[in-house]
Amino acid sequence: MISQSREHSLLEAIAADPSRKVTPPVGPSYLTNPPGTGFWQGVMSWVFTLDHKRIGVMYLCGIMFAFLLGGLQAGLVRFELWDGTPNLLGQTEQQAQDAYNQAFTLHGAIMTFLFIIPSIPAALGNIFLPMMLGAKDVAFPRMNLASFHLWCGGAMFFVATLLTTGLDTGWTFYTPYSTTTSTNVILATMGVFILGFSSIFTGLNFVVTVNTMRPKGMTWFKMPLFLWGIYSTAIIQVLATPVLAITLVLLLCERTMGIGIFDPARGGDPVLYQHFFWFYSHPAVYIMILPAMAIISEVIPVFCRKHIFGYSFIAYSSVAIALLGFLVWGHHMFTSTESKLAAVIFSALTFSVSIPSGIKVFNWLTTMYKGSIRLATPMCYALSFLFLFTIGGLTGLFLGALAVDVHLHDTYFVVAHFHYVMMGGTLIAFLAGVHYWWPKAFGVMYNELWARVACLLVFVGFNLTFFPQFILGTQGMPRRYAGYKDEFQFFHQLSTSGFVVLGLGLFLAAGVLIASLFNGRKAPANPWGAATLEWKCCSPPTHHNFIEQPWVGEPYVYDDFVFDPDEGGYVEVIPDLSRGAKPAKQPAEPTTV
Amino acid sequence: MHGSMFETSPLLPLASRLFEFSWFRDSGADKQAAQVDWLFYAILWICVAFFVLIIGAMVAFVARYYARPGHNAEHTPHHNNTLEAAWSIFPGFIVLWIFGAGFIGYLDLRNPPENAYEIQVIAKKWNWSFVYPNGHIDADLHVPIDTPVKLVMSSDDVLHSLYIPAFRVKMDCVPGRYSTLWFEASKLAPEDDGDDVNWTDEGGFDLFCTEYCGQGHSSMMAKVIVHPSGTFGPWLEKAMVWPEDESPAARGESLYKKRGCSQCHSVDGTSGTGPSFKGTYGTQQLTSAGEIKIDENYLRESILNPMAKIRDGYKGVMPSYQGQLKDNEIAALIWFHKSLNPENAGTLPATWTEAGGVPGQETQGEATSDASTAPVPDPAATDAPADTDPKA
Repeated sequence: MISQSREHSLLEAIAADPSRKVTPPVGPSYLTNPPGTGFWQGVMSWVFTLDHKRIGVMYLCGIMFAFLLGGLQAGLVRFELWDGTPNLLGQTEQQAQDAYNQAFTLHGAIMTFLFIIPSIPAALGNIFLPMMLGAKDVAFPRMNLASFHLWCGGAMFFVATLLTTGLDTGWTFYTPYSTTTSTNVILATMGVFILGFSSIFTGLNFVVTVNTMRPKGMTWFKMPLFLWGIYSTAIIQVLATPVLAITLVLLLCERTMGIGIFDPARGGDPVLYQHFFWFYSHPAVYIMILPAMAIISEVIPVFCRKHIFGYSFIAYSSVAIALLGFLVWGHHMFTSTESKLAAVIFSALTFSVSIPSGIKVFNWLTTMYKGSIRLATPMCYALSFLFLFTIGGLTGLFLGALAVDVHLHDTYFVVAHFHYVMMGGTLIAFLAGVHYWWPKAFGVMYNELWARVACLLVFVGFNLTFFPQFILGTQGMPRRYAGYKDEFQFFHQLSTSGFVVLGLGLFLAAGVLIASLFNGRKAPANPWGAATLEWKCCSPPTHHNFIEQPWVGEPYVYDDFVFDPDEGGYVEVIPDLSRGAKPAKQPAEPTTV
Repeated sequence: MHGSMFETSPLLPLASRLFEFSWFRDSGADKQAAQVDWLFYAILWICVAFFVLIIGAMVAFVARYYARPGHNAEHTPHHNNTLEAAWSIFPGFIVLWIFGAGFIGYLDLRNPPENAYEIQVIAKKWNWSFVYPNGHIDADLHVPIDTPVKLVMSSDDVLHSLYIPAFRVKMDCVPGRYSTLWFEASKLAPEDDGDDVNWTDEGGFDLFCTEYCGQGHSSMMAKVIVHPSGTFGPWLEKAMVWPEDESPAARGESLYKKRGCSQCHSVDGTSGTGPSFKGTYGTQQLTSAGEIKIDENYLRESILNPMAKIRDGYKGVMPSYQGQLKDNEIAALIWFHKSLNPENAGTLPATWTEAGGVPGQETQGEATSDASTAPVPDPAATDAPADTDPKA
């Protein structure tokens, strides 16, 4: 076998000439402060850090807290729905209905605004985007810190909403209900407004960083695909989020002063609110899924030991999705009384988005063809993503088709569809990314066996929770119902049982990762044999990431990487220049702006 | 956790449920529904084909190329424009076809026939009112079989959405504008005996609200009662006329349950969104307009103009029933309210005759002949104009 002998010869080469082995120099970890730092000094060194990695780690902690909060609300929803009478969350039926309405609203709002939107870009993107560029930091470190502080501010508004009279409008804040309910719409919308700025800051930072800080030799089409995904996402964040902010300001004015933009009695229109809201919130769906696809584009080639297939098509499809994503918001409104013409146009545009999504899936599959597929935890999550995202994407075809959507709109079919995309897609990809980069970010290896068991539990629990909801929806079960007719009970109980399995899986995954911080084996610099730049510094990185500038090469060529048992991970072997090999790589020098 | 959690174990009915599994309920209940179901199944099979292709390839690749000693990744080309074009264009044609089929079906769903029979729909938190051309208002939707029916819908407060799963139709009800929806029922509901002329019928297709509208959203349901050929006209005539020998309080109780009062007002003394009906009649209560006595006038005012005097401890959230409850219905509700006060037990009239007749209704003989001259629509004569404006 040719490749086997290549591996063998690489090992022989580094045994003969250890200087050809690239081993990143080890420096002090960015996670720890120098000895002698006082407690408060230590705390301040985190709260006011300008280090993109520390900001990313704080984001990671923050969004995991939000995920827990949103997950608990999901539990309230699922257990209330164990039987058809609203009776679990309150003494009387009305109290139970009120509590249920608050639970599903806060579940949606927290998961969307506090968890999914910042999850991959702000947490993982913050830590790894500059490192993948071989850079010291993002373009505007202070703006980056401000983005996190704003996120905290927004989160506090949400916690305040939760602790006061709550919120029962649904995460979409549809008027006129949101202008008339007695719950705390003002606090919650102000929270979302602030979170919007946090999102804009992150997006702006990433656009500038990718444009100006790519190292010499890293042209646009030599960037890792993660950066293409994050870049496309950042463009949406910068362009779409202001629309949400304006919409929410109008909603606040409507609620506090009754200016009447959305009130038909005062010359306004409640359906206008929906146009404004979805003009942001549909692109926001792509803010959520594009970074997820970007992670999968990194994980699959590494664990197949093969160059990604169709690089430029994957890259362009991210941009295509980002742009087309702006033009399809009306498909949330097929039954909202929007005109027939609008419905037809939005339906046609909606189907056009399915093509670039399909392109990505087919390219990932082709990458696996004739690879050497290693089922490590990140790859297990990536396969899980392929399975769930395929179902999520395909079920979108039912909802894009106008005649069928009329029946399925606002039923559990929609709930199942967007959970397959948002949770089966984004959350699973986020978990893939967390498991993939964990050794780099925290310098420890987690227990591979238990992490894979958790992945399996999450996969099984997820399908058990959400697949029955497709059937419920088709049979006519409306969404946002605190109770239901007896004939729906069986599938609701399957769904709630699935929730328990899913919850166990997620807690196990979190437990495995947290345990690794205390007793995990020390991680090598490159445990998976990846070729992107973030693996060319020590694990965990130092404050400025790279002690020596890394060599910029092809991000998906693994020929020069070999597993070195001494290191416990992969090492890169420099081609033997003395024998006339062409230098395929060159040291990275950040271009000056 | 409640006891019911264990009583209703999902395991017992598992086998039987899976055996009789079907994606849809009530197939063939509407003329258009078959088209929707057909397209759904067509898309389903397209999806199954793609799913098997994608996941089949994924599983096959993992099974064949999993990492093991002696196996290495092969160098294959990094891109192939023909392949990329193929998997962009071929699915492109498929989604274009789905779009076209969905578009054609949608035009059929949105364009009612010229001769459709019109029923006005008023949605409000949290009940439905169906207003018939002769002025009868019903909490359930009664329709003649094999007749195109057009609903002209509006909302009194927030967004609602009228959804009849059996007919595969849905449309939002928006305050300040009329939306329309049409269907043509082609069979009776399974449990329906087709002989419904009373308030008490249990059969009918489900009608749901599917746009979230607050506390009572999940109980904002009604029934769609399909009348066999020739029985809709007589039903509508009879629905307008109340029997003189009926108990006013019982009629009131029926209205209380059907017209949305029960969503907020209990009859067992517990406070809901609004005060309970029980035991308040004749008492002195504090309101936003000072202390008042709960009497007929206060109850009537609170139904027609709920914001005038709001009981202390409650929020002014009740919508007005002006134009939606007729005088006889308000009277019946007041009789029902009175009947909930034990002191009044012996003094209530047992029939409308004892109460001095149904308010606003002539004696029975005349009323029947009156009603028969009213423009009662017959399924055959479908062009009856809607003479009741929901906003009146």
